[in-house]
Amino acid sequence: MGEVSRSVKDLLESHGKPLREVYLDSENSGLIFPEALEEMVRTYRDYGYGHPSITHKKGWEAYEIIHKATDTLMRLLGVEEGEVTYTHGGTEANNLAIRGLVQHARERRKIVYSSIEHLSVKFPAERLQKEGFKVAEIPVDKEGFIDIDALRREVDKETLLVSIAWVNHEVGTIQDLRSIVETVRDKDSEVYIHTDTCDALGRFKLDFRKVDVDLASFSSHKVYGPKGVGMLYCKPEVRIYPIIYGQLSTQELWPGVENVPAIAGLYRSLENIERNFENYVDNMRRLRDKLIKSILTSVKDSILNGPRGDRRAVDNVNVSFLGCEGEALTVELSLRGVYVSSASACTSRTLIPSHVLIAIGRDYEAAHGSLLMKITPMHSDEDIDYTVEQILEAVDRIRSISPLRR
Amino acid sequence: MSSRIPLPYSSRVLELFKNPKNLGRMEDASISAVAGSPACGDMIAIYLKIDDNQVIEKASFESYGCAANIAASSILTEMVKGKKLEDAWKISWRDISDELGGLPSVKHHCGVLAVGALRRAIREYFKNREKPSWLPDTLTLEEKQALEEEKLIEVLSKRLK
Repeated sequence: MGEVSRSVKDLLESHGKPLREVYLDSENSGLIFPEALEEMVRTYRDYGYGHPSITHKKGWEAYEIIHKATDTLMRLLGVEEGEVTYTHGGTEANNLAIRGLVQHARERRKIVYSSIEHLSVKFPAERLQKEGFKVAEIPVDKEGFIDIDALRREVDKETLLVSIAWVNHEVGTIQDLRSIVETVRDKDSEVYIHTDTCDALGRFKLDFRKVDVDLASFSSHKVYGPKGVGMLYCKPEVRIYPIIYGQLSTQELWPGVENVPAIAGLYRSLENIERNFENYVDNMRRLRDKLIKSILTSVKDSILNGPRGDRRAVDNVNVSFLGCEGEALTVELSLRGVYVSSASACTSRTLIPSHVLIAIGRDYEAAHGSLLMKITPMHSDEDIDYTVEQILEAVDRIRSISPLRR
Repeated sequence: MSSRIPLPYSSRVLELFKNPKNLGRMEDASISAVAGSPACGDMIAIYLKIDDNQVIEKASFESYGCAANIAASSILTEMVKGKKLEDAWKISWRDISDELGGLPSVKHHCGVLAVGALRRAIREYFKNREKPSWLPDTLTLEEKQALEEEKLIEVLSKRLK
């Protein structure tokens, strides 16, 4: 065994066996619905393992799966027309939206996005800036809502694209996307609008008939499907170009062999969401509020990041524990069977914590001490009770090591 | 969230994180020093009890930082115990990393910060005493880097306001 594998093995073994395991890190990689996993196994083994553009039964089965997934997504979006492109993930879908669009850029060479966008929007935009495009970052308020006046000012005759996530991935802010779209269209009807919808799908009803965006990205693992699939929805009259080239299969914008078994899993996840929507959402909201309330009332010097109530995504819990360094907290909680992530800078060389928490006005200490947790339809009251208990003890222990004395 | 690099901590790091040795403020310390700051997300306090022969009788620490930061400070307090100040001064961040069974590269600065705090304490000790010939006039690598980290973060967090 290599040195690294040995050390990882030791590390895993020294965890011991916790009383319960609660996985709340669906921001980074998610839990999958058991039905989705079964559907994937069935596809790999029995039905639809062929290439979706080849003319035989196994190919047509694969083709059918892709179309069933597309139909389900379109129903969830409330649209009947448009194109859904499958990519290898949400990051790729965001890149395809932005880079696929700028390939027609002539006079319009400006991209507008918010200061809290996911890095798969922020970094492509910053890259384009190096290539000669103009960019404008719209600031947000303390709850993460974008400054509509600043947006109105920045949208001009040079603007090609506005990209604003419907829900922020870290602090759960649900933007008033309808007003954002109207503001942009009023100012200039030729500007394209893209929304990163990875954290919105399955959290509230999306209705694209009322919110007229041109492009929207989705991620399979964020709707409790398998990793490795993203989708880009493109309104019928909107034209973009591929960003990678090769043998085309069933899609115009993305070459290569579609990952059909993963798309089958995604299809089953979307179906689960469609069928149990109210149930899932009510349960996530209730568990979210219980987790937030229990933490804020029982842990001293803890503050909620992002808005409360209906303006916050039903699955998102983001709390800063002052005087507590987040990475140490994630390791301590890991030893207790609770898996969460932190926006602490401790794992990057830059010393700069999450750009989202800084953009909503948190200072460095609060950002370093933040934990991000996401509730899924698969979590129970017992999971939340256990999590609260473990957080209480973990925060106490990490604070007891610190010279900051809170 | 920002980029994350897989961190295969050695089992020694995890063990010291779980059960840190020499943890806590020392009431009868001869000298203490702090390196880093809450804004850095990295802060180490080192306490030393030094006898008349300039030997470290005992050492302890407190840490606001990641698991590697806690382990690095803890192992350093073990390493200096019973050492003459002159020998404790020679401990480098690399020695700490070796003693911990290796630190992931993104965590090297934890070792640097621990050594920075220790050397700051030793300099402080000689502030009102005769400066020994082994104590350099200029700052060493670890001291410089600890200082740079503190200054950088001060500039960055001011820029936000």
